[in-house]
Amino acid sequence: MKTYEQINDRIESGKAVVLTADEIMDYVDRQGIEKAAEEVDVVTTATFGPMCSSGCFLNFGHSKPKIRISEAWIEDVLVYSGIAAVDVYLGATQLRHNDPANMDYPGEFRYGGGHVMEDLVAGKTLQLFALSYGTDDYPLREIRTYFTIDDLNQAIMVNPRNCYQNYNVAINDSDTTIYTYMGCLEPNRRNASYCSAGQLSPLLNDPFYETIGIGSRVWLAGAGGHVYAEGTQHTGDCDRTSDGVPRESAGTLALTGDMKQMRPDFVRGVSLRGYGVSLGLGVGIPIPILNQDVLRRTCVRDRDIFAPVVDYSHDYPEKTGRTICHVSYVQLRRGEIEVEGKKVVVGSISSYFKALEIAHLLADEIRRGDFCLSKPFAYLPRNRASRPLVVRNSSHE
Amino acid sequence: MSKTETKKWMLFFPRCECEQPIVYHLVKDHNLVVNVYRAKVTPNEEGYLVLDVTGTEEDIASGMEFVKTFRVTINETGIGVMRDEKRCTHCGICVPHCPTGALSIKDNKTRRVEFNGEACIECLECILVCPYAACASAF
Repeated sequence: MKTYEQINDRIESGKAVVLTADEIMDYVDRQGIEKAAEEVDVVTTATFGPMCSSGCFLNFGHSKPKIRISEAWIEDVLVYSGIAAVDVYLGATQLRHNDPANMDYPGEFRYGGGHVMEDLVAGKTLQLFALSYGTDDYPLREIRTYFTIDDLNQAIMVNPRNCYQNYNVAINDSDTTIYTYMGCLEPNRRNASYCSAGQLSPLLNDPFYETIGIGSRVWLAGAGGHVYAEGTQHTGDCDRTSDGVPRESAGTLALTGDMKQMRPDFVRGVSLRGYGVSLGLGVGIPIPILNQDVLRRTCVRDRDIFAPVVDYSHDYPEKTGRTICHVSYVQLRRGEIEVEGKKVVVGSISSYFKALEIAHLLADEIRRGDFCLSKPFAYLPRNRASRPLVVRNSSHE
Repeated sequence: MSKTETKKWMLFFPRCECEQPIVYHLVKDHNLVVNVYRAKVTPNEEGYLVLDVTGTEEDIASGMEFVKTFRVTINETGIGVMRDEKRCTHCGICVPHCPTGALSIKDNKTRRVEFNGEACIECLECILVCPYAACASAF
């Protein structure tokens, strides 16, 4: 048994033993669980992939004369300004003004909110255009100016949903190509795509949310961030294996961090043909090895994790709830899965390569004493199901 | 008879040379077997041509000399599709879409996506599916 304080003391003295989630299993196999639980302080987990429910609050500071922004665009991408005078929220999936979207199907979606976030973190100069109706205290009615992230008072990433615990494998049962947020799916199950770092993914290493909770410190694209709430659509009450590993998407995290400290390699605009824009984001989460149970759960391997194969031509859009079958991450990583007797090539939209890089970067920061852990002050709900949107015909129904 | 070999070329045609029947002469006068991957050669515009030429070393050399009599630039790497290593996140979404395995994951431990330009047939599928615009065409 170890406490957060003991682990942080070891980190601060530069003595912490830190392994990544893809190294820990072999280590435990060699040392035995008892000895390993005493020796290891932290296991680092990570993921990198498109995370649509991401965005940031920006504060521009006041112009002379002042403006109370009522509508605004950054690089022609609309930002939400229904908050205080010079605060805006930029969302990852917002399209650029005049993007033809899917009018010329499948649309290219070359630039949008996620790309603005990438450019912002990369230190590029961006254009702000804002309008106002004018008030006695904020008389300016229009502004066009250029800025970089250094000119902003704050640039705080605030993401309502990141780090899905597990995810669907998307496949296309129809006889035409479809374009989805899981990429281009060819007809008649000719290919499939998945999106998870599997054995390296944060919530798959802490399936019951014992250490990752509200207040946990996380590595968010290179900046120190934290979990500020359960993620939207968090569904702790889900189908699980006998070891407790979710067999469907399950838990999610709401994350925040200072964009001024982020690294551009881990904040990347995403263009999905025929679908839209998003943000590719890198997240690392340390798991404190408090006891043998916590350690045992970080030893999850790809062979222990199963993802549901779902048809995105009919079952997903129509919300039929049908799952074709489950496949393990060992099969997915091999690049070929078997679906009802047919071999299907499979690609990933989540980058294991980058997740591994993040797990090592975070491990190095902890070993150097630069990243301490924090105990969650509230836990994520474990027994709550997700609700559908009921379409009612009147307000009294 | 000396052994035949295959070279991949990318030819750049400036505007003034776009109407030259170069491929015809490579076949007819220099005994080369030509396999065109991709071409965009339009009258009054600049043009590109990516092709394989197969023949003896001497025939390939004489074909190349012939091409050089025009103001056509030969890029002997013959690669018209590039992968920008810095933009690539190595997610691997392109891998099942690549028909020749030019984009592949060789090491399952690191899951790094490798690009082998020699195996690329320039179908441009990767450019359409890459979410990070890591693949690009010279034309």
